Amino acid sequence: MPVLVPTSLDGVFDALASLPGAEMIAGGTDFMVEVNYARRRPRAIVSLRGVRELKGWRREGGDVVLGAGLSYAELMRPELSVLLPGLSQAARTVGSPQIRNAGTLGGNLGTASPAGDTLPVLSALDAKVVIGRSGGRRELSVAQLIVGPKRSCLQEGEVIVEIRLPAGLGSQEFLKVGTRNAMVIAVANAALVVDWVGRSVRCALGSVGPVILRASAAEEFAATAIDWDERRLRGGERDLEQFSALVREAARPIDDHRSTARYRCHAAGVCARRALERVLAKRAGDRAEEVPWES
Amino acid sequence: MGELSEPGELISYELSVNGEVREVTDAWFGESLLYVLRERLGLWGSKNACEQGECGSCSVLLDGRLECACMVLAAGAIDSDIVTVEGLSPGGGELSDIQEAFVKEGAVQCGFCTPGLIVSVHDLFEHNPTPTDLEVREAISGNLCRCTGYGRILAAVRAVEIARRP
Repeated sequence: MPVLVPTSLDGVFDALASLPGAEMIAGGTDFMVEVNYARRRPRAIVSLRGVRELKGWRREGGDVVLGAGLSYAELMRPELSVLLPGLSQAARTVGSPQIRNAGTLGGNLGTASPAGDTLPVLSALDAKVVIGRSGGRRELSVAQLIVGPKRSCLQEGEVIVEIRLPAGLGSQEFLKVGTRNAMVIAVANAALVVDWVGRSVRCALGSVGPVILRASAAEEFAATAIDWDERRLRGGERDLEQFSALVREAARPIDDHRSTARYRCHAAGVCARRALERVLAKRAGDRAEEVPWES
Repeated sequence: MGELSEPGELISYELSVNGEVREVTDAWFGESLLYVLRERLGLWGSKNACEQGECGSCSVLLDGRLECACMVLAAGAIDSDIVTVEGLSPGGGELSDIQEAFVKEGAVQCGFCTPGLIVSVHDLFEHNPTPTDLEVREAISGNLCRCTGYGRILAAVRAVEIARRP
């Protein structure tokens, strides 16, 4: 049988062993498009939809552990958006209700597109991706897992099982630029995490390089520019512009059918700057909650 | 769907569609649910347009979740409860209140997007009986209509919401 639909993780490992060269399908939102357009001709398919270990999530100490099979719609639910606000925001910008019901967090990682909307958030939160195989596990960062555009280091027989993230870390924002609010692949996106306790700033960029990029110089600058007791930028507008400029410098985009490299740099800078503005404004308590995809 | 497959790649399986067990025989294993519904099971309500999840005209309910049938691997849906637009009508040629409202409010022009929209709006009311205008727009953001400009569709949804008020 060239299609297997296991219900347990061990079942997946057995299925992969019995069907050498089989490809895995999770939500199908990337996979089936390629099959429909005859760009992908799988020899065999293992469906992950029914695997119970990939569903659900749990708290573990200060962490949240998300099953790789969680859909974008599930990431948007209130119980999770409280713990992982940036990830919920990113999930809500993905596709349409139909796509958010089908597409999964593990699928976003496995597809490894530079435009994957959850990926900058996972990167900014220093997510640990747990990879399972028959008789073993390994943990990778997003940067270790995704090695190029649509290329991951997943080996044959390996499955993305779960994703470990810090719960409720600091302030988080995700912003995305596309041609409309719904049904759009990012021209540029950015995730920002400001850790008020650790006094650090993390900024990750998507769609502006072959893989997700961390804007390290911008992160370091922001950490020194923030007055951590007053929760504001010492240099105000000047600091915001400097932060934005460092983000633009960190971007390494290309021209393609979706946008130009020049515009992508600009958009990344604007997204990151607005994210920082929002984080600081919210902490000052003078800004109402935003609709996540409003920019 | 690409070129035809080798005979060895053909499989047979059963799907639960609109409460009935339907047999799929000698099908290429990579076929989408949309292809199987239309070409093998004769359920033409789900429309085939983009085959990439962009247009929503093939929207179905899979275990109660709204999805695009074009992005579902049919052979992977053997354990799922599938409901198509055909399964949402009361039967006997009658229309649901949502379908009736679409007709009355002029929300149907060429009609190609209509079945997908009916499924999406049905799903919206399942989860949210009193949607705001913004919630309606978000709920149908995955369904493209190139005729109406959406005004009549939004009016139809509102008419259903008002009519269903206790």
